[in-house]
Amino acid sequence: MKRELLDRLLEARAAKRPLALITALATGRQALFCDNKLSGDLGLGDDRVGSLRQAIAADRSGVLDGDDGLFVQVVNPPLRMVVVGAVHIAQTLVPMATLAGYEVIVVDPRRAWATAERFPGVTLTTEWPDDTLTGLGLDRRCAVVTLTHDPKLDDPALAVALGSEAFYIGALGSKRTHGRRLERLRSRGFTKAELARIHGPIGLALGARSPAEIAVSILAQVTQVLYQAPAPRSAEAAG
Amino acid sequence: MSSSKPPTEDDVLAQAAKWQDQGRQVALATVVATWGSSPRPVGSQLVVDQRNNMLGSVSGGCIEGAVVHEARQVMESGQPRVLEFGVSDEQAWEVGLACGGTVKVFVERLE
Repeated sequence: MKRELLDRLLEARAAKRPLALITALATGRQALFCDNKLSGDLGLGDDRVGSLRQAIAADRSGVLDGDDGLFVQVVNPPLRMVVVGAVHIAQTLVPMATLAGYEVIVVDPRRAWATAERFPGVTLTTEWPDDTLTGLGLDRRCAVVTLTHDPKLDDPALAVALGSEAFYIGALGSKRTHGRRLERLRSRGFTKAELARIHGPIGLALGARSPAEIAVSILAQVTQVLYQAPAPRSAEAAG
Repeated sequence: MSSSKPPTEDDVLAQAAKWQDQGRQVALATVVATWGSSPRPVGSQLVVDQRNNMLGSVSGGCIEGAVVHEARQVMESGQPRVLEFGVSDEQAWEVGLACGGTVKVFVERLE
């Protein structure tokens, strides 16, 4: 790889632009596809651009158009996880999700909870959750996790999440709490089918007790949904 | 972000640039295809310098030794190579994947 191309790639990645690096495996010649433009020392026809866009959208690296001489490396911006509620469980979930490669944003207007001391190194905001979530422009590479138990904070966040393409929406709370939550959201006009997108009670049924264990069950479920893996049988009994 | 973040593919590339800035020879290895069970998905990367320092992975540790060996030669010649590892591999590799899969790895020098 030419250093100049690597620098351009790193620059585009830092600017959170989706990109693809195309390599001719026989010669090592390469092209960078970013912002709808091709650059580098590998010539590619315009007819390839559609395939490159598809690879980026599917976040899938691999051979291009079944031509095993051309390899496409997709580099997408990181997945994002929005955590509503700067609570004890969040303190363990945030570092775990960061380790798993998520860019994490913690939202809690309660300033006593949302402190940099409790959440070092992550984006923290004390705005109202619905304002933050709207401002973030949730897309299908986002997960939204609500942890406050407080309808004033969780409900507006869930309403915004339901109106987005977020790939995962989960809400902490017992079955009873979740049942009441669904009733409130139904009265806001959400249909049963829409509300079925919310994973509640949140997390895989691991029998988790401590905050860290509950965080494991949440991150496990987010991962399962991300890759559309079949649910384990025990998930039915999640709680 | 804190420095305790694990090596993502991007960190591997950033490390490659950093090592080259320090005057080191650098090679990159990328998983370009897999068949059957394989420990790391397509796109996984490993960076290695001429002193065998490495970051990232292209398997669960099964083939890194052989990849590093090949990478040294790619650093010298500048000629990229495609390596294939697997149980059914006819080449004289002493290594393979315990999980029974096959992986194809592209090795190139950072110019």
